Parts: sequence; structure tokens; C-alpha cells
Amino acid sequence: MPDIRVHQFAGRIDAPNPFWLASGPATNSGEQVMRAFDAGWGGAVWKTIGNRITNPSPRYSSVNWNGMRMMGLNSIELNSDRSLEENLRELSDVKKYYPYHPIIASLMVESKREAWHTIVQRAEDAGVDGLELNFSCHHGRNERGIGPTIGQVPDYTEEITAWVKEKARTPVLVKLSPNVTDIRLIASAARRGGADGLSAINTINSITSIDLDTFIPNPNVDGASTTGGYGGPAVKPIALNLIQQIMSDPAAALPLSGTGGISNWRDAVEFLLLGCGTVQVCTAVMHYGYRVVEDMAEGLENWMRTKGFATLDDFRGLSIGRITDWKSLNLNYKVVAHIDEQKCIGCDLCHIACWDGAHQCIHMDRVSGPVNGQVELHDGPPTVEFRSRTSIASTPVTRQERAAAASNHGPYPTPLAKIPRVDETECTGCNLCTLVCPVDECITMVPAGDNSAAENPAHRSQGSEFAAEPQRS
Amino acid sequence: MSTASIPDDLLLRERFTDIKPPLSPQAAVIESNRCLNCFDAPCTAACPTHIDVPGFIKRISTGNLRGSALRILDANILGSSCAKACPVEVLCEGACVMHRYNSEPIQIGRLQRYAMDSFQATGEELLTAPRGSRNVQVACIGGGPASLACAAELCRHGAHAIILERNELPGGLNTYGIAEYKLRTSDSLREAEMIRRMGVEFRTGAAIETAEALEELESEFDFLFLGVGLGAMQRMNIPGEDQKGVLNALEFIASYKTGRLRELSGTVVVVGAGNTAIDAASAARRLGADTVYLLYRRGEREMTAFDFEYEHAKHEGVQFLWRRQPYAIRTSERGRLLLDTVQVNEVDKSLLPAPNSEHVIECDYVIPAIGQSPFAQLVQELRRIELRNGIIVIDPETGQTGNSRYFAGGDCANGGREVVDAVADGKRAARAILKIAEAAYA
Repeated sequence: MPDIRVHQFAGRIDAPNPFWLASGPATNSGEQVMRAFDAGWGGAVWKTIGNRITNPSPRYSSVNWNGMRMMGLNSIELNSDRSLEENLRELSDVKKYYPYHPIIASLMVESKREAWHTIVQRAEDAGVDGLELNFSCHHGRNERGIGPTIGQVPDYTEEITAWVKEKARTPVLVKLSPNVTDIRLIASAARRGGADGLSAINTINSITSIDLDTFIPNPNVDGASTTGGYGGPAVKPIALNLIQQIMSDPAAALPLSGTGGISNWRDAVEFLLLGCGTVQVCTAVMHYGYRVVEDMAEGLENWMRTKGFATLDDFRGLSIGRITDWKSLNLNYKVVAHIDEQKCIGCDLCHIACWDGAHQCIHMDRVSGPVNGQVELHDGPPTVEFRSRTSIASTPVTRQERAAAASNHGPYPTPLAKIPRVDETECTGCNLCTLVCPVDECITMVPAGDNSAAENPAHRSQGSEFAAEPQRS
Repeated sequence: MSTASIPDDLLLRERFTDIKPPLSPQAAVIESNRCLNCFDAPCTAACPTHIDVPGFIKRISTGNLRGSALRILDANILGSSCAKACPVEVLCEGACVMHRYNSEPIQIGRLQRYAMDSFQATGEELLTAPRGSRNVQVACIGGGPASLACAAELCRHGAHAIILERNELPGGLNTYGIAEYKLRTSDSLREAEMIRRMGVEFRTGAAIETAEALEELESEFDFLFLGVGLGAMQRMNIPGEDQKGVLNALEFIASYKTGRLRELSGTVVVVGAGNTAIDAASAARRLGADTVYLLYRRGEREMTAFDFEYEHAKHEGVQFLWRRQPYAIRTSERGRLLLDTVQVNEVDKSLLPAPNSEHVIECDYVIPAIGQSPFAQLVQELRRIELRNGIIVIDPETGQTGNSRYFAGGDCANGGREVVDAVADGKRAARAILKIAEAAYA
């Protein structure tokens, strides 16, 4: 059985598993956190405490996509709207019942040394296992000169982290905002300030949608909205990128609790492969409840079993070295698309994607015979469509007609004329077709290189082709 | 023409609940999101009118319902009745790539209905080119789907078209002949009304049956479109066929749809195994018949009805008697019908009665449903137009007949297919006429 326990994260934090609840609505009270631990969560970052505030209503809005709810969730809720005393009393109670489940207190107070000292003292007296400094809860606080203003300025981050470290006896994590030009600058400032670890990323500034009848963005608070913090599945790629930047920079890298769009064990494994020690989840729980952790833990264990990993350390960070600068990529590596005729269902999305959005090398000419070479020789999408829309079709009313219609298929499940063909001499190997194909493993990218030695843009730039940075427009 | 002449019959509505009920707004969006949005989609290719299916479905998913409906109507002016009456299982939905994706096909028919219902609820009228902007006059004979489509297409482009219908109501089989649980008479009339508002002139109760009547039309109009459908239903040609209690399937369907026949009881025997026979048998059950037999001279595998229609009839409780043929209808002492039948076997492609297999079915109604004959009255007058087996020969691309001023489409030219085939025929003919007129003008 693989061991998914966390040992000595950020120096001193042990946990039954790496799945922690992120600071947010799911960790708002002791009753919730206890139920979460019962459900299987390995730790919790308590809803940010500090100055008690009142949150507006409504406070969430979401991006739905193609019929799926909450691909992204936007929140304008700030820290806890309950008193510090109440929060700390409940936190203390939970620790009594769950001594082996780490509770991290998320803290946010005004930028005064004494204020930070006081809150650190009180949280640690209540029995927390660590502190997470919320410099980054991006919304609202900058108007009051705290919160993101700190998280966006390296000097402030360093200074306040240092204040906290003067007092703290438990590990100190700094939570990083993605709403900065270079997250490594903030991460390394936190490191200079003495942070024991980092949490990344916090939510991304967002306006999710605007009501087309009222012209008011969502959520609509009595006729107005405000910029919110965006999380959920949509933000995972952004989180992974920023975490990769931090973890591959020796001046910034620290033990990291990864967060941002983690919905299942697969997402979690990706964060661990980029070096995270634990992961934090919020939106998935807000959507489906604490029970989502069951599959996360089981899925992680089963994946580790398949791969032969005994502990989390066996694979932590394995993907960091697999991300390189663009200029180091091997330009002599060549793949081309290959369509599996047995799997093709004839949706022809690869054809239209290739013609309109890529390089015009997937053609609809299986029956008329192959025409290799220049694009101009092939019928483009308008011609293909025109042909079928001017054809005469009629309802097969007799048994014979229906049998004839059903048998006209050729050797594959899809009629040959509907199975696209890749012109390998023109294919750039861009990969778009495999992305749009709805069938798993139907289109694959197969090697088509000439086995010449690896050559990257930097090499070529010594000749004439490449100079400086690529154009990525 | 009045669309109010058939009152909404609540009992009929209750007995003939929609076989494919409307989708709720949320279900429609979920279903439309399932559509892969294929390029050169096979559903579109399979549709005789080539409706841009992914195009209208994706418009539903974004809430562009007006655009969705107009996309449908652009290709098929009877998009509403086709959504309900089409055998989608052998057309668009049958062609859906989802069959090869280990999944149910997209419910194209129901989505189309959703878009069309939404559009009709707005009461918006269709835009047409100014009347007379194309100087061509066309008379469409017969008021069924082929003529409706032809006339609508002509009017949309600014030509002048009239429809001559011998019945009291327009719509042809859409009005009188489609099972009520698929398409209601009022739905068909609403569609005809939309076409009338586009500028098509309707003359109902106008039978064109003589050479003189045709000549008169020829002098008044540039082109004539024949959308006359098929003629009366075939007779069984057996003794006793003309007595009370025997009525052919189309008569029977028209009777209950127009409220002339509201209830049945006892035993009903439908003769034949095509889609019309199924419609009649299922309707007989819903109208209250205790026992409904469907009698067919061949076997299950030879029946011409679509598989899903056969399944539907079984579901309705229709009982099938295979390889049995009626040879006489008598009356019992109690006034019921006695249908004499015999087992038949196929020997060298002919059906021979099996010895000692006679069986008498005591019943209350016999409904022959063994196909329609060609539409004799008019066809006799069409001496300059080539016929083959009573079917008008046309150029499939244009609908033009051997006489260049005559076009034809629908059942009279295709031998009897679906509403959507008739619409496609009518649309093609209209476009060909417009092209000829354009060329003549230039």
C-alpha cells in the first residue's frame, strides 16, 4: 500500500495525506472542519481571521461552459465575518479532537508589527500547526492598504514576513497572489523574510460575466459589482505555470502548498510533480462537498501503486526539469498526425480545424484519390460543404433503400468519404487535430523525423533563422 | 382559409399525447451542448432539405433562438411539422456520428421542435422580398407540403404564387393524414397560415380536374407546379368491401383528426404493414378499440414500416397476424363483420393460399391500408407529361417535367415518401423556376 502521508512539510507539519482544505468558505467554522476531517481531508487552512468584517450578498458568480457548471468560480467574499475569539475557540476545540490533522491559521491584519505579533501569538496559543499569511486575498483589501498591496510589493512582503517570524513558533507560509508581473520576485522576498513555505496561487482578479439585460456584472450587489477572485478548474493551468516558475527558481523555491483549480487526484498529482508538498482545494468542495476527497486519496494511492511509488517523495518534483526555455526545444523533432480509420466517427472536426485554424493539411479526398502536395490542389471546406448541400437526399422508405443506406460503409465503421486524410508532407505536427478529435486515441502524433541530431533555436540562431525571443502572437 | 375551423379537441389531445413531447429550456440547452458540431455534418447531408443541423443546434445552446429557427426555416419552410413528423431515425438522427461514439444520437427532431415552437410563440412573420420583384407567376396545384414549400420559396424571393387545394383546408396529408400523436391538425394549419402571411394566395375548395381548368391556369400563370399527391387508397378488391365498418386508413385517420370519429370499441383489423397501417392501428387502440389486429400477407421481415414504427405499434398493444390475407367480408347475425382470411405462403415470388388455413375474424371495423393509387383524375389530363407507373417523371435536380412549363414534386413525383421529401422537391422546383425566370429576364 503506498504511503500518502505528509512528513515534516515546511519543516514541522505532518499530515495523514496531502489534501488540505484551502482557506475559504469550506473552513469557516469548527463544525465544518471536523466534518471535513471525518470525510478524509488531511488538513485545513482556517478561513482568514483578523479584523472581523461583513461580507456582501450575493458574493459568488461563476463561468459555466458548454453545459457544465462552475468551470470557474468568482468570489467577492473576504475574510471571516465572525469574531476572532469565536474562531480561535472553535479552532482550539477541533485540535483537541483531531490532534493529528494539521490546522493552519490564515491571517490578515493591518500592516503594523504589533498587530501581526498579537495575532500570531493568539493563533499559536489556540493550538495551530502553522500560519498562512494572507498577503494576497486580492479583493477589497487594497482599498484599505492591506492585503494585496503587501503581496504585490516585494519589500512589504519581506518586512511583514520578518515581523511574523520574530514571533512565530510554528511554520510560516506566505500565500502568493497571481496578480503580479513576476511571482518569483514576491516568492523570493518571502523567502528572504524567513518564510518556511509558500502557498500558491491565490485567486485571480476577475469579472466573470455581465448580465445582458441589466448591464450589471455578476455578482450583482444592489446594482453594482466588484472585481472578484477567480478559482476553479479554469485556473489550474495558470496555477501550474506559476508554481513551476517558483519551484525552478533557486532564490524563490520553498516547500509549497499548491492550490488553484484542483478538482481531482489527477490535478493533485500534477501539482506534486511540480514539487508541491501538499495541495489545497476550495472550489471543488464548494461545488460537491467534502466527499470529493475520497476519490482524491484513493486515486492518488492507486496511481502510485501502478507507478511503483511508495511515498510522495518518490515522485515529487519529477516534472520540474521537463520544462525548459522555448529556445532549448529540439527543432529537429518532427511528428505528424495519424488518423485511426477504425476509430474515426466522421465528425470531420479535424478537417475544419486544420483548414481554418492550422495548416491546411487534413483533407476530405479519400474517395477521389490521394492528391499529395500543394494545398491549392485540394477542395477546401466550402467546396466540400457545397457538394453535400446540393446533393439530392431522400428518405429511405423501402426495406431495400434502408439496407442500401446501411451497407454503404466500406471497410471502416465510418464511410470512407467521411474519414479525413492527413497529407504528411504538409503536416506541421502542430497537434490541433488531436485536441479537437472527440475520440480518444483516434488521432495520434507519430514520429516522422529524419533522425538528425537535436538542434534547438539557439543553435540555429548561430546561422540565420532564429534571433532572440520567439514571436508568440 | 381559416385555421379556426377545427376546434381544439381536449379528448383527442388527451388520447393522442405527443409521442415526442417538447423539451424544457434547460433540457434543450443540455442536449444542444452534446452536439459535436461536426463539419459537413452527416445529419445535414441526410436531411432531404439539408437543414444546417449543427448550425441551428449551436444557436440553441447560446440562446439565439430566433437565429436557430430562421436557420431551419431557411432550408425547410415546414421545419415545424418536419420536426414532429419526420422519421428522424432513418434521416438526421440515423446519420448522427454519436452512433459510432458509443452514445445516443442527438435528439435533433426535438431540438428542432424546440426552436420552432419558440419562434412561433413570438408570432414573428418571415421576411420576404417585395412582392413582384421577380416577375414570375406560378400556380401550385394541390395544397400539401410540396406545394407549400414551392410557393413559400417563390414568395420569399418576390415571385407570385398561388396554391389551389380541392379540400376545405390546406396542408394535404400534414393536415389530414399524420398520426395525431406526431403532428396535430392545428399545427399544420398554423404553418399554412405562416405561409399565407408570406404572401402566398390560397384558393381552397378548388379542384383542378379537367383539361379546360388546366388551360385556364396555363393562360394565367407562367409555370404550374404539380403537388397533387397520390390518389385514393388501393382497394382490396374482395367481396363485401363496400359495407359499413370498412373504411380505408387515410379516411379513418382524417376522420378522427377532424373530429368526425371520436371513439371506437370492439375489434379492429388493419390490413397492410406500411407506416400508414401502423398509424391507423395505433390510433384505433387510442380511440378505444379493445383488440387491434394488423394483418399482413408477408412476414415480419418484409414489412415496409420503419422498425421504430413497428416497435411503437407493439407498445400500443397492436397484435400482428403474419402471412394472412383477407378474401371476403361478411356480416354476422349480430351485425358484426366477419373477415374471411387465409394463410398464404410465398412460392416462387407469388403468394399461394395454404390448404385448410381459413380463419374467420369477427370484428367491428376493417381498415385497409395497402397503399395509394396514382392520382387519376388530373393525371389523365396531363397528356404532354411523361408518367411512369402513374408517377410523374421529373428531372430530379429541378423538378421539371417533360413539359417545360410544368414542374412537379412530392408524392405524385416520388411515388410516396415523407413530408421532408416533398418540401425538398418543392424547394428545388421553386429555385429552378426562379433561375429560368432570371435567365429569361436577362
